Amino acid sequence: MSQPITSSPVDQAKNAEAFLADPVHEERLDKLLWAMRMRRDAAARQVPEWEELRTLASEIKEHTLSNLSDYLIQFEAKATANGVIVHWARDAHEHNQIVYDLLAEQKTETLVKSKSMLTEECELRPFLERRGIRVTETDLGERIQQLDDQPPGHIVGPAIHKTTHDVALLFSQKYGSDPKNEDVAYLAGVMRENTRPDFLQATAGMTGANFVVAETGAIVVATNEGNADLSANTPPLHICSVGIEKIIPTTESLAVFIRLLARSATGDTITQYTSTFRGPRKGAAMHVILVDNGRSERLGMQRFWHSLKCIRCAACMNTCPVYRRSGGLSYGSTYMGPIGIIMMPTFEIRKYSKLPFASTLNGSCSNVCPVKIDVHEQIYGWREVMEENDQIQIVKKEAMRVADKVLSHPSLYQIATATVSTALELLPHFAIYNRLNAWGKHRDVPEGNMETFHSWHRTHRPNKLDEVS
Amino acid sequence: MNTTTFSRNAILDSVRANQPATKPMPTIPHFHTSTPANLVATFCESIARMAGVVVAEDVPDLDSFLRAKFPDAKVTCSATPEYAGTIQPASLNHWSEASTIDVCILRSPMGVAETGSILLSNVELQVNTIAFLAHDLVVLLDPKQIVENIHDAYEHPHFKMRPYSVLMTGPSGSGDISGTVVHPAQGVKTLTVLLSPASSAGKRTG
Repeated sequence: MSQPITSSPVDQAKNAEAFLADPVHEERLDKLLWAMRMRRDAAARQVPEWEELRTLASEIKEHTLSNLSDYLIQFEAKATANGVIVHWARDAHEHNQIVYDLLAEQKTETLVKSKSMLTEECELRPFLERRGIRVTETDLGERIQQLDDQPPGHIVGPAIHKTTHDVALLFSQKYGSDPKNEDVAYLAGVMRENTRPDFLQATAGMTGANFVVAETGAIVVATNEGNADLSANTPPLHICSVGIEKIIPTTESLAVFIRLLARSATGDTITQYTSTFRGPRKGAAMHVILVDNGRSERLGMQRFWHSLKCIRCAACMNTCPVYRRSGGLSYGSTYMGPIGIIMMPTFEIRKYSKLPFASTLNGSCSNVCPVKIDVHEQIYGWREVMEENDQIQIVKKEAMRVADKVLSHPSLYQIATATVSTALELLPHFAIYNRLNAWGKHRDVPEGNMETFHSWHRTHRPNKLDEVS
Repeated sequence: MNTTTFSRNAILDSVRANQPATKPMPTIPHFHTSTPANLVATFCESIARMAGVVVAEDVPDLDSFLRAKFPDAKVTCSATPEYAGTIQPASLNHWSEASTIDVCILRSPMGVAETGSILLSNVELQVNTIAFLAHDLVVLLDPKQIVENIHDAYEHPHFKMRPYSVLMTGPSGSGDISGTVVHPAQGVKTLTVLLSPASSAGKRTG
């Protein structure tokens, strides 16, 4: 792992305060992502076999991950036969060094790259820039974040937390465009005009990969902008970085994932460009770097290896009430939202020890996951791990202790639940939204039912009370 | 042993030590609808959702059609023998020179009704960048070559044989600013699909 093990824990709730301080951004992000969740639901309803596809996707991933070493070897053999040069990197540093060596070998000054969360994870861009290589992100959202010196806030729409006003100001500062023109088509045009020369002049292009097909030695990249196709096809050198968990067995199985990916992400049936790269064109070179960086270790975690099934659609983020109201940057991590919560502790347990608490455990993330990752159960599992490792902050530990005590004693539970609705009605605001109740901050505590189940039962089924108590 | 070989063996050893017990590979159905679908109509609806344009009626004179649709085009690159164009892909010295193309025209070997996608590979493109760096793209597609869904599509031999294949669905777009989808992004500004039987190949001029 590239990060120091002494980092202090990321405080997601505290970080979210900065985002929440501006209600315009908070309300906008919440609505925008919820609309994406609604579009995802509508797209899923159009496909009668949707649930069957989810089951297939989950089974294909579990089959592949449980035979991963064989599929990696098969991919390497096929890709090599296709003329691709395959590299292996154990960690972020090895990955970055391989990329740099390839670029330095042909004296690359400008690299055009499409969005890759793996290169974010490896912190590739600063590594290359420190060595004098200019890197142009060619995905619109990723470029916005690069110009603003921020990491991505969302794995599909990196700048989704920014308003058109934010982007208009940023582009005016960086590109000299009209700061008052907030028309989205105009802003996308500014990006196109400024990126096109880099595409034409760059001597190297880089992409990530959504899928790697063992049977054909192919990498598959899905974009809407066409920037991955331009990054890979225009310069004479194409470098593709991919995590070892992205392998699937066959082109036949690829179809299942392509049908699920865009529908889960944005509600579209497919991305505008779904591209398969099997080898270099004549006179050009193609390199694929297979990166471990903690993945093989996670594969051995009985409770948590299922997170390796993730296809990075972000449906779990769009549906998560905590993510929607706190923004992706608050997680202080490469991967954010529910999937980030269950992946990041495998990179560095102490630094991300508080993330499992940035969840209401409502299970919505698991319900929308196209590969059926048990996200909310893993979040709960990580809470237990943090408890065992004594990584939980005192207040949450106390809250859980009280909850545990109350839930294990039926009589105390009845008193407590009867008190909640009374308390919400009578207690002043400060008593509910106090500093010991981290979730009350910036959130309206839902109104409690005026009648508890037990009081309802006493009224309506007086003779049966003992049976349910 | 060099670094990458050392790393390769270390990664594979770690994967072998950690991978869970083997789980079976499922059988993947094709999920065809029980009644024959109207593939052409579905294709047209699907591509329209992705901002692509379909011309379903016969276009007897391709040259007049292109001149009327793109009156300002100066450089028309044709990658199909069905149309002459002002240049062909072979005349480009570097792949970046495709940025000088106003209109690119070629024939796709397959359309996908479910998504409104058309298939292109390095064989049809000859120079892969012509379909991205050109301003506007015009694709000829035989309606008989439209398959029902993505399962059918990935059976096309291109995906196992060609160095580069792309399922292209509408012009380039982005929803990265404020979630508002706009066209174009980095690729072509418009995509027009002409439903044109392949039997007429070679008869067209321009």
